[in-house]
Amino acid sequence: MFKRSMLSVTTLLVVMSLALFGAGCVGNNSDDGGEAIMVKGSDTVLPLAQAEAEVFMNENPGKYVSIIGGGSGVGIAALIDGEVDIAMTSRAMKDVEIENAHNNGINPLQHTIAWDGISVIVNPENPISELTFEQIKAIYVGDVSNWNEVGGEDREIVVLSRDSSSGTYEYFKDEVLEGNEFRADALINPSTGSIIQTVMQNKAAIGYAGVAYLGNDVKALAVDAGEGAEEPTAENILSGAYPLARPLYFYTDGEPAGLNLEFIEFISSELGSETVLEVGYFPA
Amino acid sequence: MSRRNNKEKAIEVALLMTSGVTIVALFLLCIFLFREGALLFGDHSLVSFITGTSWYPSSSPAKFGLLPLLAGSLIVTAGAIILSVPLGIAAAIYMAELADPRIAQILKPFVEILAGIPSVVYGFFGLIVVVPLLQDLLSLPTGQTALAGSIMLGMMALPTIISVAEDAINSVPLSLKEGSLALGSTHWQTIYRVILPAALSGISAAVMLGIGRAIGETMTVMMVTGNTAIIPGIPEGLFDPVRTMTATIALEMGEVPQGSEHFHALFAVGAVLFITTFIINLIADSVKKKYRLQEEA
Repeated sequence: MFKRSMLSVTTLLVVMSLALFGAGCVGNNSDDGGEAIMVKGSDTVLPLAQAEAEVFMNENPGKYVSIIGGGSGVGIAALIDGEVDIAMTSRAMKDVEIENAHNNGINPLQHTIAWDGISVIVNPENPISELTFEQIKAIYVGDVSNWNEVGGEDREIVVLSRDSSSGTYEYFKDEVLEGNEFRADALINPSTGSIIQTVMQNKAAIGYAGVAYLGNDVKALAVDAGEGAEEPTAENILSGAYPLARPLYFYTDGEPAGLNLEFIEFISSELGSETVLEVGYFPA
Repeated sequence: MSRRNNKEKAIEVALLMTSGVTIVALFLLCIFLFREGALLFGDHSLVSFITGTSWYPSSSPAKFGLLPLLAGSLIVTAGAIILSVPLGIAAAIYMAELADPRIAQILKPFVEILAGIPSVVYGFFGLIVVVPLLQDLLSLPTGQTALAGSIMLGMMALPTIISVAEDAINSVPLSLKEGSLALGSTHWQTIYRVILPAALSGISAAVMLGIGRAIGETMTVMMVTGNTAIIPGIPEGLFDPVRTMTATIALEMGEVPQGSEHFHALFAVGAVLFITTFIINLIADSVKKKYRLQEEA
């Protein structure tokens, strides 16, 4: 009995170490079995990078691209530590981060891979269909609290925002609020899906979301940044007429080479650009 | 013989070590939590943290006031308890005393299934069903309120309260019940004059465990309460959006730079949460012990 249990324990250990060894092999066989790179970062870029990686690997058997989310900051930290080949971000690297990278012998190089439009959304039953930058800012910092102050019905505005770990939150705070704090009574939603859901259900709500998330259940407002109201359509975002559009980046350590270069070039290829549009972003 | 003794010893030591791991892990966790939290108080005073009325972690200078979050947690939990305790105890009485054993056997697994539903599913249900319902019924500007959180948490605390209270009622000695019935009281009189008082400490333990479950819940609350860090009025704050301590940690931990003030502030909130649940568990434990003594007497 004792011996048999020893035997099973030994077998288990052998199997486990084989599994570990095998896992190690998969991670390291970029030299012999095939090439592999690792991409990590923004959850906004994640669906795009995943779709691109799938098409790319389908076209190029034996080459592997692994995509990991976690947030822009997480991806940048991993690039600085030399853990990944490419960091994907929905914002430019901060000066501190670039400095940290240089101190670590990493020389981050920025590549714009696509554009994302941020839309301001309301319930389809809301008669408002356009707002100026100043009006949106006034609503979000707390100067305006009723829809009738911006030309709508007499109804208290329910202001929705993302949480502070979202790249979209930071973008909105910088671009629309010009660095001011969000109003204290804004409802903080843990995901873009939850913002869309709430806007769908609430006639008084206003929120913001990436254009890729839009459906017929919510109404995207035309935004006027001083040069006339512009709808968040593909043409307006690509031409730069729509004011709330941001680039999505890949960062590499120095000039990309090998598989890094191939993957980045693939995204701007015809097939890659089609994929960008399919996911809901706009080719760079 | 001595070989066997050695083997027994070895097994005993191995088991001691495994159970020791739990204590060591808890101990390390505490040290980590409190050390990281304490680092906040280099620049911020403890008083301003505990009595601060605004939570603006990303403005400059940042404000880390615990009160809105603590009040948010308390009001959501209080609401959950008000809703779930009467329901839970009533269900426990029915299942333990009144229901046909066959019906009780059907009910029991359903209550257990309720406990097994992941919190994100509760949250989704709350967001899609309860929030719009509250919004329309009470004509509120938004249904994402403390009340929505209370309803969901109440639902989630129900299985804990029902099963612990049911056990408490079941372990009331049969002699007490028989004595009461023999004296001519009706079944209902027996239930609320004899069985409930006898099971009271067990039922209190059930309530405390339910509170513990509610105050630590994160995902569901985060999805339905709106997460607005404003001190709610009592009781009208039940109809306003609130932010709990757990939701704050979950929302903000994602991208906070490690080692920053904000990072330490979140750990300090975690420490407060830990102390709160620890006290609740202590109370639950002591009422449970009291209950056991009564049973022996």
